[in-house]
This record gives sequence, structure tokens and C-alpha cells, in this order.
Amino acid sequence: MMEKQPVLQTKGITKYFHDPVKFQALNDISIDAYKGEFLTIMGKSGCGKSTLLYLLSTMDTDYEGEITIDSVNVTGMKQNQLAGIRNEKIGFVFQFHYLLPEFSCLKNVMIPALRLGNYSRQEIEARAFNKLEILGLKDQALKPASKLSGGQQQRVAIARALINDPKLIMGDEPTGNLDSKNTQIVFDIFKQLTVEFGQTIIAVTHDTDFAKASDRTIEMLDGKILSHGR
Amino acid sequence: MKYKHNISSEISTSYVVTSKKLTLIAALGVTIGLAIFVFMNSMMKGFDRISTEAIFKTVSHIRLYKDDETSMPLPLSEKENTARLIVNPKIVPENNVLVNPESLIKLLKAQDNVTVVSPQTNVSVFYNSGKSQISGLSSGINVEEADRMFNIKSTMVEGELNDLKNVQNGILLGVGIATKMNVKTGDNISIISSKNVVKVMKVVGLFRTNNSNTDKSKSYINTSVAQQLLLQSSTYITDINVNVKDFDNAKLYADKFSRITGYKAEDWKAANETLMAASRMRKIIITVISTSILFVAGFGIYNILNMTISQKINDIAILKAMGFRGHDVIRIFVQQALVIGMIGSVMGLALATILVNVLKHVYIGGDIGYFPIRFEPSIYLSGFIFGFIITFFAGYIPARKAANVDPVSIFRK
Repeated sequence: MMEKQPVLQTKGITKYFHDPVKFQALNDISIDAYKGEFLTIMGKSGCGKSTLLYLLSTMDTDYEGEITIDSVNVTGMKQNQLAGIRNEKIGFVFQFHYLLPEFSCLKNVMIPALRLGNYSRQEIEARAFNKLEILGLKDQALKPASKLSGGQQQRVAIARALINDPKLIMGDEPTGNLDSKNTQIVFDIFKQLTVEFGQTIIAVTHDTDFAKASDRTIEMLDGKILSHGR
Repeated sequence: MKYKHNISSEISTSYVVTSKKLTLIAALGVTIGLAIFVFMNSMMKGFDRISTEAIFKTVSHIRLYKDDETSMPLPLSEKENTARLIVNPKIVPENNVLVNPESLIKLLKAQDNVTVVSPQTNVSVFYNSGKSQISGLSSGINVEEADRMFNIKSTMVEGELNDLKNVQNGILLGVGIATKMNVKTGDNISIISSKNVVKVMKVVGLFRTNNSNTDKSKSYINTSVAQQLLLQSSTYITDINVNVKDFDNAKLYADKFSRITGYKAEDWKAANETLMAASRMRKIIITVISTSILFVAGFGIYNILNMTISQKINDIAILKAMGFRGHDVIRIFVQQALVIGMIGSVMGLALATILVNVLKHVYIGGDIGYFPIRFEPSIYLSGFIFGFIITFFAGYIPARKAANVDPVSIFRK
């Protein structure tokens, strides 16, 4: 096995919620995620797994400890810098697709790339087509996002997460709203991304089968790591 | 290499286009607000212009004259055991005459921005014709200069102004006097001055200033005749009227002339303080009303932006998750506000033009005739800029709120 290369590391993450009462949501969490790894986080409702994911995603900055993404310590960075990191290095897939209903699927996929501005518009359009093709949605590309089925919308959302070729793809219950057939499709796509493109997936899930099939599962309970799954 | 794709503006445009009805309603608010703002201010400007014009038919920008002086009380004696003499301050009995007017005129003419200098000798007189006798004021003038200053020619209803120059004892009467005494051009009347000098004058023309007080009492005569009526020499001048290029700043020049000549120089605003106060009050009222209407339009935009933002809160959250910065989000909504504002402004200026054109053809009557309103580019410009600023803030305030949306709190719902 080739040497493991960490893409994301946390050191002693602790987080409190202050409202309505002070409550410790995460307690001294230290985890690593490696290049090309399909990592799932499991645990009961309220164990802090989503909270952890939002900290890892840099959207929530209210914590103690340190987070390193792609060898860069992101703890204490300014909001605008973090937005830049998210734009370039992280793709998101949520339980709900959050597509912009006014735009076509293609345009939805293009938005993060247009924001990043690494390519010309024509190139971005070609890349977005390519991503939709990988996800089997080439025929739907020009339809408005609101006209697609739930499974298709979720795949468009995945294509959007992939457009900037991020190092990390984070999913918060990415299959939570999908039937078993679509869940399998999403799983296969994730698997393919880690194997073929060396991208790292971190997904929070309730689905035991989904977790079992992944490379590694971190189990959490009451804000602590129960097992690193190694 | 980095490309700059204006994705914020594309998203903004899609919001404007997909909610056409809301956009139009908010834009209509701006339309009405801006139209009324421009319309009311144009009305005020037209009104101000016509009242200023009326003032300048009889009043010069600056009038230089010798003011009455009050005697100073005697200084108190320092010595003890002296009785104090108490004297009431009184006006020093002196002639209201400007000393060496020729050099004063020369000096004033040499000043910057002075357009006309016209010396004048005013005489209080009685106009007599048969049994009727009317008291009034006769101004001894130099015809050419006085015409340039007061535009007397434009007020003439009968006769020729130039005849006053040619006929030594000619007189130009206000129409009010002429009607009362039943005289017309070519008739003779006699006038008596306060020094009891009687002169028979030939009426060479009649004028109408539309200020009935002036028309019923004022007349113009040659300076030399005025000096004879007062039993004075040919250097006797009571007033020097001065017009300057920039009459709104007449006070500055008046102060300067007062300093360099030593005589009292009064600007037209000080001489017509009541009119000026009324005009200022009018200005305040109209500004307050028209600005509040524009503000209400701003609130319309603010409301619609707030509505859009709460509808699109999921979009905002995902955009922020995907790496949109605060100012990218602000740009989306400020641009939406500005597009609404622009549509509204263009329609508003068009509506204002229609209103101005309609009012222009409304007959008021009296001295004024048709309503003195016209297309005022400066008001259009200031309305447009003001509308733009209000629109900007009406968009910016809710947009800043949108920029501060915490995406995590949306995703966790």
C-alpha cells in the first residue's frame, strides 16, 4: 500500500454551544483523512457528527483546537480567506440538493467555477458538461434544475461539488433523501471519485450499509470518537 | 491566469427576471417618487425664477447710497466733580448725497464681475394734472444704463424709451399714474418736488412692471431734471445701482463695495428680506415633501429586497458554502436594487417630463400667464443622483444582512 498522505487533520477540537445553555458538543476530537479515502462518520442523532462536519467545512469557526486542510492551518483565518479555500478545495453535497431553481442544471454546475475563475467561460461550460456526463445527466443539462427528479437533482448537486476538482468532498447525509437505487448510484460515484481521481470523501450518514461499504467509518458518541475505524 | 466571471450579476439578473411583478411594483414606487420630486422642484424653480425676474424690474442687484448716521454720545469725562451731559442720539442732519460720484462710478465699474453701473437721483414728487394730484417717486436716470439694468424697454406699453433721451423734460410714467390722471403719451403734466420746484413734463411713454405699487407711483426722468427739481448741481447723485454677473452672491459684492467706497451697499436679498424668507420657507417645505416621497419609494425597494432575501435564503447559504464572499452576496442584492432603481428612475423622469409639459400649458392668468415651469436639467440630474443613492442604501442594508447569513444555521434546519 502506498504511503498515506493526509488531506485533512484536526487536533483536539472542542466545541461548545451556548444557546440555550452551555453544552459541550465536541470533546477533543483528533482525526485524519487521507488522499483518496472514502471516509464516513456515523453516530446517533445529536452525537455531534454534523457539528464536526461543519467545523471541517470551515463554515463554522467557533471552536477550540486546530484544523489543517491540505497542509494549511485554517484555524483563525478570516471569513474571506475561508470562502476562497471552500471555493477551491472543498465540494459540498447536502441531504437537500440546494440547486438554484432559476438556472439550468448546467449553469448550477458552473457557478462555483465561475466564482473561482480559473478557466474561461467556454472551458467551464465544457467541464460542466463533462461532469454531468460522468453522472449520467448529459441529456438533462439544459433543463431547469426544478424540473428534475430528486435523484437527478442530487446528482446535479454532486456534479456541482466536483466542478473545481476539489481535494475534499463533504457530504451531510448525501443519500438521506434518496431511494436505494439512487443511493447506490451516488455511492458508486463517490467510490469512483476516490479511486480514479484520488479525491477524498468525508460523509456523515445514518445509513449503515452505506458506511460499511466505505473505506473507513469513524463512530461518534456524545461528542467523542468511539472508534477511528482502523 | 485568473478569469473574472461576473456570476453575482448573473444571479442578480435572474432574480430580477423571474420576479417581474415584484420588480415592477418596486420600480413603480421609484417612478412616482422621482417624478414628484422632479416635478415639485421644477415648479419651485420656475416660481422662484419668475419672482426674481419681477424683483429685478425695479431693484438692482446692489444699491449704493449714503445711509443716515446717528450721532454718537459724548465720551464720559474722566475728571471728578463734572456734570454729565446727556444727549439723545439723533440722526445727523446731513444731505443724502454721494460725494464725488464720478470717481465712485469709475471705481465700481473697474471691479470684477460688475456688469452695469447706473447712477440715479431719486426725487419725491407730486404729479399734477388738472385737479388730480398723486404723490410718487421720480427716478432721474441715464436712459441707456438704466435700461440695461431694469430692462425698462420690455415693460413699456406705450411710446418709445429713446424719446426720454431726446426730450429733455420727458417723463416715463407708470401705467397706474397714467390711468388715474387720464393722460397718454404726448400729453403734458406738471410735477412739484419737495423743494417746491414746478416743472411741466411731456409724457413720452408708459410702462407696466406688474407691481401695482410701482406702477401707481414711479416715473423715470432725466438725471439733470431730477437735479433741478432738488435745486442741486449736476454732481448730485443719491444712489448708484450696480448689477453683478452672479446675483445669488450679491451680498459678497455688496460687502466689498461697502468696504472700498465707505458708503452703504445693500444687496437685493437684504432689500427684499420678506420675499427671500418666503422663498426659503417654500424651498424647505418642497424639499421636505419631495424628499419624503422619494424615501417612501426607497422603503418599497427595501421591503422587496427583504422579501427576496428571505425567499432565497437557501440560495445564499449554498452560495456561501461554495465560496461566495460577503461582498459577492452584497453585490447580488445591491445590483437587484439598482436595476429596480434604474427602471424606476427612467420611467420617473419620463413621467416628470410629461407632468412638466402638461403644467406648462396651464394658464394661470394675472402677470404670470402660463405656469412658469420648464425642463430643468439640473433638477433631473439631482433627482436621478438622489434616487440612485436612496436605491443603493435600500439595497445595501438588507444585502448586508444577507451577507451575514450563517450557512450552517440554514443547513441544520
